[in-house]
Amino acid sequence: MLMKNNKFSSLLKEWYEGNLSFDERMNIETEKPVIKKEETTEKQKIYLVKDVENAEEKLTSKGYKFFSVIFCVILAVILVGTVNFMPLFADDNTPTTNEVYEHYVGEGRDQTGAVNTVAGMILDYRAFDTLGESFVLFTATCAVLLLLEQSKDKPIKKRETFTYTNDPIVRLVVKLLTPIIIVFGIYVLFNGHLSPGGGFSGGSVLGAGFILFAMAYGEDFAAKVITPKIIRVITICSLSFYCLAKSYSFFTGNEFNGIHSIITPGTPGNIVSGGLILPLNIAVGFVVCCTMYSFYMIFKRGRLD
Amino acid sequence: MEDIITIFRILLLISLIVCAVATALSKRVMTALIIFTSYSIVMAVVWLLLRSPDLAITEAAVGAGVNGVLFFLTLRKLHLIDKDFADDEDGKIDEGVNVNEE
Repeated sequence: MLMKNNKFSSLLKEWYEGNLSFDERMNIETEKPVIKKEETTEKQKIYLVKDVENAEEKLTSKGYKFFSVIFCVILAVILVGTVNFMPLFADDNTPTTNEVYEHYVGEGRDQTGAVNTVAGMILDYRAFDTLGESFVLFTATCAVLLLLEQSKDKPIKKRETFTYTNDPIVRLVVKLLTPIIIVFGIYVLFNGHLSPGGGFSGGSVLGAGFILFAMAYGEDFAAKVITPKIIRVITICSLSFYCLAKSYSFFTGNEFNGIHSIITPGTPGNIVSGGLILPLNIAVGFVVCCTMYSFYMIFKRGRLD
Repeated sequence: MEDIITIFRILLLISLIVCAVATALSKRVMTALIIFTSYSIVMAVVWLLLRSPDLAITEAAVGAGVNGVLFFLTLRKLHLIDKDFADDEDGKIDEGVNVNEE
């Protein structure tokens, strides 16, 4: 509603559909300050468009500014107010220096069901931390895609088409190594709650395996096998699953509202144990793997497909 | 056995410092990048000795593998890799060994 008639949204749509080349996008962004240097207003700075004339849009931009300021003030008050309740820095009697450490090491195995205490910490006690890290990776992918993506009409420059597809040595070695690397990545991913490793380690190993695959077989072939749609679906499904799973344990973890979680830690040491830690590890690993792979493809080809 | 591990650890830490200083001081970007990758590999072993094998796996995969690949791609796009072999014909960069001739 807010951005319905806006020129910015239509521009964004054109960006998204890839109708404009990279240079055209840059022109549109930089044209505005060149033409209307003297009469640039705050409103135009927000929207980054050439000319906004509608009175309705003026109202919208005013409301946008007003509510953004209000929102920031409320957020700042909440955050600064929370600091008041925190214990003093480097105090000997704070719970962080005494109780938390003992609790994690002593009872972590029984409470989370994870033999690997680190996995129990980062995916059970402090799972929201890891959720934030996953979203940072997702945002990084989006930013790289926005900055480096080239349009489809533009042919890839010849001097940038260096490949190893014709090299017999590289091809043979990669053919032998890639399955082993990918299987090792999956092992690290699935054993995250039992042995050292977990989502980030396994995901990066998996991503490295796929990058090797794309290098040896050519990016054209790799883009046909692992299409952008697959990457998009996997990333979004993993992130949504993480959000939903952790929301569930957040609401059922409270003992006072009467709802109890049906997920049990299970027997520590089994492959299916640790409650939500195994699926969360897999979700984080998929996000990391997709991030690594799409970084490589965008850097090399300028686009994912 | 303990003595050997202590000596090994000291050697690793010294090579870590040497790698870090050499990365900053080397004049060619390519050399700096290769030294930086070796820094990551040494760091992976140090993580292993510090008893955090999960970080060692991540460091080896990201620091030595993916990071290096992304850096090399960037250098290739900036034409900083083959600077010694450049300027042979009308300023075009030498394409290397394997080029898709079209």
